[in-house]
Amino acid sequence: MYDVIILGSGPAGLTAAIYTTRANLKTLVIAGLKWGGQLQLTSLVENFPGFPEGIQGPTLMENMRKQAEHHGAELVTEDFTKADFSRSAGLGKASKPFTVWVGEKEYTSRSVIIASGADARWLGVPGEKERIGRGVSSCATCDANFFKNKNVFIVGGGDSAMEEALVLANVANSVSIIHRRDSLRASEIMQKRAKENKKISFLFNSAITEVKGEGRVQSAIVKNCETGEEKEMPVDGIFVAIGHIPNTKLFEGIDLDEQGYIKVQNHYHTNVPGVFTAGDVHDRSYRQAITAAGFGAAAALEAERWLSLNGEESGFVAN
Amino acid sequence: MADFAATDQNFQEEVLKSQLPVLVDFWAPWCGPCKVVGPIVEELAKEYEGKIRVGKMNVDENPMVSGQFGIMSIPTLMVFKNGQPVKTTIGAQGKDTLKKMIDEALAAS
Repeated sequence: MYDVIILGSGPAGLTAAIYTTRANLKTLVIAGLKWGGQLQLTSLVENFPGFPEGIQGPTLMENMRKQAEHHGAELVTEDFTKADFSRSAGLGKASKPFTVWVGEKEYTSRSVIIASGADARWLGVPGEKERIGRGVSSCATCDANFFKNKNVFIVGGGDSAMEEALVLANVANSVSIIHRRDSLRASEIMQKRAKENKKISFLFNSAITEVKGEGRVQSAIVKNCETGEEKEMPVDGIFVAIGHIPNTKLFEGIDLDEQGYIKVQNHYHTNVPGVFTAGDVHDRSYRQAITAAGFGAAAALEAERWLSLNGEESGFVAN
Repeated sequence: MADFAATDQNFQEEVLKSQLPVLVDFWAPWCGPCKVVGPIVEELAKEYEGKIRVGKMNVDENPMVSGQFGIMSIPTLMVFKNGQPVKTTIGAQGKDTLKKMIDEALAAS
């Protein structure tokens, strides 16, 4: 039996783990196969305080993991498959602990912090899925080098789309940013960098409606959203940066909003007492590494407080 | 360890002409998901010792072979048998998925 099970190992989950372990709470992090979260898919992170020259995203996550383990967090680098957050009798002695499964393995705890983050949203158009890894990608920093002197499309209008475009512009022959609106929602500095780059061009009011090619991406059907006109354009790679979907599918009994984000009650509590949440799985406003880390710290402090107020009553004492 | 560094130079000899099937892990040092898969591949190398060889190919340093097999995303894992690629996975995969892939490749005649 753990005091806290943390689901997720991005900045939110690992920061929470650093706090709970330092508060002497027995902590298990179900880190997932793709531990480290979205920062594993980035390169230089320039806005995480404390690193004046920036830090590589994967290095930052390795460091956070080491720090959490150093303070005693246990990590499971597999995906959880099921969770039971029902505590039929509330906080009374008859209530059962929270249970999380990783395949056949079962873990129980007195509290849970959900920090399962979000995954890249794909376009969902014909021809896309079967070409993921064959020209379709959501990670420019992972795959840019395979597009040396090639022509690529970026789909999206936010900061991550600009970042992907800039990474690709270092190696590709041409980069076109395809955005369904007539203006970008990326921050000023990222827009400026993208617009000043000679290799980057923009296709506004446009959307990809189909991906085509023999075995790999060779062309895309691009639709002008204003006129409805469609044309096939040759292209070697399509990088999708149109946002994320919160990973909340497996949480029965946890209240979600209409877009699938976890509904936060007072101070990072969910609707289930003893279950807390942190990071992109509930945060639709900021979605930054540093805010996720902050939410992780806050959720951990809330969990600690909640356990000290309710822990003994729940009938479960940490071994 | 059964591990070896596959390169453009030794690919013919070590992979295509290998008596045993070879699992090739196409990776690069700057790739986060590759770091996730790396330790799993190391474990597989131990578990399948004598049945399969495991080569790690740095795609930055070996563009020829990577290009030849159409690698456009890493990590990509490929099983080569009798000089031919018989199984491929793209992106970070769990150990069970990779074991299944290797078992299927070994079972196929």
